[in-house]
Amino acid sequence: MLLAVLSGFLFACIAPVVHGARPLAKSYYGAGWVLAMLPAVLFLWFASHLRSVGLNGEVILNSWTWIPSLGISLSFRLDGLSLLFALLISGIGFFIIAYAGRYLEGHKDQARLYVLLLSFMASMLGLVLSDNLISLFVFWELTSITSYLLVGFSHEDKPSRLSARQGLFVTMGGGLALLAGFVMLGMAGGSYELSELLSQRELLHDHALYAPMLILIVIGAFSKSAQFPFHFWLPNAMAAPTPVSAYLHSATMVKAGVYLLARLNPGLGGTELWTMILGLVGAFTMFIGVFLAVRSTGIKKVLAYSTVMALGTLTMLIGIGTPTAITAAMAFLLAHSLYKGALFLVAGIIGHSTGSKDFMHTGGFRSAMPVTALFAGVAALSLGGIIPLFGFVAKELMLEAVLDAPLFSAVLSTLAVASAILGVTVAAIVGIRPWYGRLAETKVTPHEAPPAMLAGPVVLASLSLVLGLSAPLVQQWLLGSAITAVHGAPVEKNLSLWHGFNLPLLISAVSLVAGLLLFAVWRGFRRATRFTDLLAKVGPEQWYERAMVAITHVSAWQTRMLQTGYLRYYLMIVLGSMVALVLSQMWTYRDSINLLIDVSDLRFYEVVVAGVLGAAVLMAAITSSRLSAVAALGAIGFTVALLYLLFSAPDLSITQVLVETLTVILLVLVLFRLPGFIKLSPTHLRLRDAGLAVIVGATMTLLLLSVNGTQYFDSISSYFIAESAPSAYGRNIVNVILVDFRTLDTLGEIFVLALAATGVLAMIRFRAEDKDL
Amino acid sequence: MNNMMSLVLRTTGYFLLPLLLIFSVFLLLRGHDEPGGGFIAGLVASAAVCLHLFFTDIAATRRLLHIDPRDLLGWGLTLATLSGIPAVFMGDPFFTSQWVEMTLPLLGETKVGTPLLFDIGVYAVVVGSVLAIVLSLAEAEE
Repeated sequence: MLLAVLSGFLFACIAPVVHGARPLAKSYYGAGWVLAMLPAVLFLWFASHLRSVGLNGEVILNSWTWIPSLGISLSFRLDGLSLLFALLISGIGFFIIAYAGRYLEGHKDQARLYVLLLSFMASMLGLVLSDNLISLFVFWELTSITSYLLVGFSHEDKPSRLSARQGLFVTMGGGLALLAGFVMLGMAGGSYELSELLSQRELLHDHALYAPMLILIVIGAFSKSAQFPFHFWLPNAMAAPTPVSAYLHSATMVKAGVYLLARLNPGLGGTELWTMILGLVGAFTMFIGVFLAVRSTGIKKVLAYSTVMALGTLTMLIGIGTPTAITAAMAFLLAHSLYKGALFLVAGIIGHSTGSKDFMHTGGFRSAMPVTALFAGVAALSLGGIIPLFGFVAKELMLEAVLDAPLFSAVLSTLAVASAILGVTVAAIVGIRPWYGRLAETKVTPHEAPPAMLAGPVVLASLSLVLGLSAPLVQQWLLGSAITAVHGAPVEKNLSLWHGFNLPLLISAVSLVAGLLLFAVWRGFRRATRFTDLLAKVGPEQWYERAMVAITHVSAWQTRMLQTGYLRYYLMIVLGSMVALVLSQMWTYRDSINLLIDVSDLRFYEVVVAGVLGAAVLMAAITSSRLSAVAALGAIGFTVALLYLLFSAPDLSITQVLVETLTVILLVLVLFRLPGFIKLSPTHLRLRDAGLAVIVGATMTLLLLSVNGTQYFDSISSYFIAESAPSAYGRNIVNVILVDFRTLDTLGEIFVLALAATGVLAMIRFRAEDKDL
Repeated sequence: MNNMMSLVLRTTGYFLLPLLLIFSVFLLLRGHDEPGGGFIAGLVASAAVCLHLFFTDIAATRRLLHIDPRDLLGWGLTLATLSGIPAVFMGDPFFTSQWVEMTLPLLGETKVGTPLLFDIGVYAVVVGSVLAIVLSLAEAEE
C-alpha cells in the first residue's frame, strides 16, 4: 500500500520527462494517456480488493514505523470507506489526466500540471488510506498545498493568484484547528492510530475535551469541504483549469472533510452536539449552495455552488447518523462524484469547443456536439435525481433519512425539500440550456471534442446509469462495507432503485415539477432574488477580506514598533532580554548556586593572555581611529583562539582563526563604504551603552562562574567521549557531535547560514540597485 | 582591486591556491578523527578563493569557481539532507549514521559513511555562503 501511495510522487518526478519526450516528431503525442496509466493500474489494484474488502468486509492494515518516540507511524488501512474513496480517486484520476493531455495541449506549463495532478492524487490516496492521525494530517496539508498550486496554475493572472491564496488561507487555517483537534483526540484516546481510537467510543464521548476537540476537528473538516461559513473559497477556486476543478474541487479533495467526518463517526459521532453542528450547518450549506447555484450564470460557478450543496448534504447526513442516513451519505457520495466529475468535464468541453464560459452565451450546441450533449444530459438527470439514475437512488434515501431524523427533522426536511426543488432547476440549467434552443453566437465554431476529452464524461455518466440499474449489487460489492466502516456496525438497509410509492417519491415528483417550472422562469427568478446580493456584502467572504486587511495592518504596526532599523536598538533589546532572563532565573535558584572561584592552579601565561585580551578590549572601545579599532578586534579574536588552544579545543581554535581572517577580508571590502569614523552620539548615550555593556559582561561572568560551580545533571560529555569511537567511528569528538550525535542541530545551523547569506546577498543587491537609480 | 595587484602576491598566490585547496580537502576528510571537518575546511577553501580574488579580478575568480556560489548553497543543503535518507532504508531513524568499512590499495583500512556526505554538504554551504557574500560585496565595490 505504501507503493500505491508513493508511486504517484515517483510518477510526478518523471512526468516532465514523459511530457518532453516526442517520439513522433511534432505530431500529437499522448503524454496524458501514458501518465494516465498509473491511476489506471492503481484503480485495477484497488478493484482487485473488491471481493475481500468490499464483499467480505475484510480490513487490510499495513504499518511502517516513522517516529516511534512520538507514536507516529506510517500506517495504512484499506476498509470499505477507504476503498470507495481510493477507487474514486484513481478512477476519476485516470480520465482527468488523459483529459488534461488534450485540454491544455501545447500549453507551456503542461508538464507542471501533470506533476501537480499526480502529486495531488498521491496525497489524496495517502489521506484516505492513512490509519494514523498524524500521517493523515500530513497528507491532508499536502492536498491543500497541491490545490493551492493548481488553483494558481495561471499564476500570471492576478485573480487566479488571489483565489489560490484565499483557498490556501481558508483550508490551512482550518488545518491548524484540525491539528489541535487531532492532538486532543490522540491525548484523549491514548493513541494516534485510528483503528485503536475508533473503538473507544464511550471513553471519547465522556472525555472532558470532547467538545473542544470535536469543534476543532469540525472546523478543519468544514474549511476543507467548503461548509458555511467557509463555502466562499470553492467557487473562487474555479480559477483553476477545468480538469483540476473536476478532480479536486468536485470529485475528490473537497470530499476530504466529509471523508474525515465519516471516518471519525464511529468514535466521535452520535452525540447531540455532533448531530446539531453537522446536521444544521450541513443543511444550511446545502440550501445556500443550491440557491447560489441557481443565481449564478457562469458554467463553472453553477457547478461549483451545486458542489457546495452536495457537500452540505453529505455533512448533514453524517450528522444525522442513523443507518438510513449513513447509507444515503455513501450512495450520495458515489453518485455525486460520478455526475459532477462528468459535468465539470463537459463544462471544460463547452469552453474548449465553443469558447463560452457562461450559460448566457450558450444554446443549440446539440447538433454540433451530439455525444457531449447526450452524456451531459444523462449526468444532469442523475444530478436532478431522476429515475433510473443512481442520483435518484441517493436522493430518495436522503429524503427518507431527513424525514426520519431523530433531531431537527422539521428544519432539515424543509431545507432538503427546498434544495431538491432548486436541485432540479440546476440540473435543467446544465442539461438543457447549452444544448437546445437557438444557436448561440460563439467565438469558436462549436465542434465535437476529441476522444481523450470525451472518455471521462461518457464513462462517468454511463456509470451513473449502470449503477442506478444495479443498485443492490453496488451495495453488496462496494457501499455495504463502506457503510459498515462509517456506522461502526453492519447496517440492515437495502439500496434499490424502486422503493414503492412512499413520501420521498411524492416529494421527488413534486420537486421535479416545481424545479422545471422554476427553470422556465429562470431569468425572472434571478431578477426577483437580486436583493440577496446585498447579503453577500456582509457575508463570510467579506469577513475574510476584512481579516486579511486587518492582518496586514497588525503586521505593519508591529513592524513599525519593533523594527526600527537601527542596529543599536536591536542589540539593546537582544542583550537586555538575555540579561533579564538569566538574572531572573538565577535569582529564583539563588540558594542552589555556588560561585566557584578557584585560582590555585592559575598559570603565568594564562594571566598574560587574559591581560592582552583586556587591553585589546579597552583599546577597541576607546580608540579614535577605525583602523586601530579593527586591529584591536582582530587581536581580541586571535587571543580568544589562543585561549581555546590552551584549553585543548583545537577545532574551536582553528575555526576562530579562520573566522578572524575572513572577517578581515570582509572588512577590507566594506571599509571604504563606511561613513567617516566620527563621534555620532553624545556622551550620556555613550555612558548608557557602556553601562549596558558592563552589565552584560558581569552577567556572563556570573553565569559562567555559577555554571562551573553548580551541577544539576550529570554531564553528557562523558557519554560522548565513551561512545564517539565505538559507535560513531570517529576520534574527533567535536566533529562526531556535529555530524553524527547532533546532526539535526547542524542541519538547522547550515540552513540558517544559507538563509543569512541569502539575506545579505539581497541587501547588497538592493543597495547596488539603489545606487543605479 | 587593481591597486592591490602586486607581483609578489600574484606569484605566491598561484603557488598557494592549489596547496590551500588540497589542504582544505585534507582537513575535510580527516575531520572525523583529527581536528578539521566540513566547517573548518570550508573556511580554508573560502579563504583560498578570497586570496585568488585579491590577486586577480572578480571575473577570473568566477571562472575559477565554475559554479555560482549561490548554487553551492542549494547543493550543500540538498546533500546534507539526503545524507539522512539511507538510514531510513536500513530500518534506523532518520540521520542514523551508516558506515561501510573497506580495504583499499594505498589507503589501507578505510571507512566511508553518511556523516562524511553530511560534512561535504556543510563544506559546500560554508564555501557557498562566504563566497556569495564576498563576491557580491566585491562586485558592489566596483
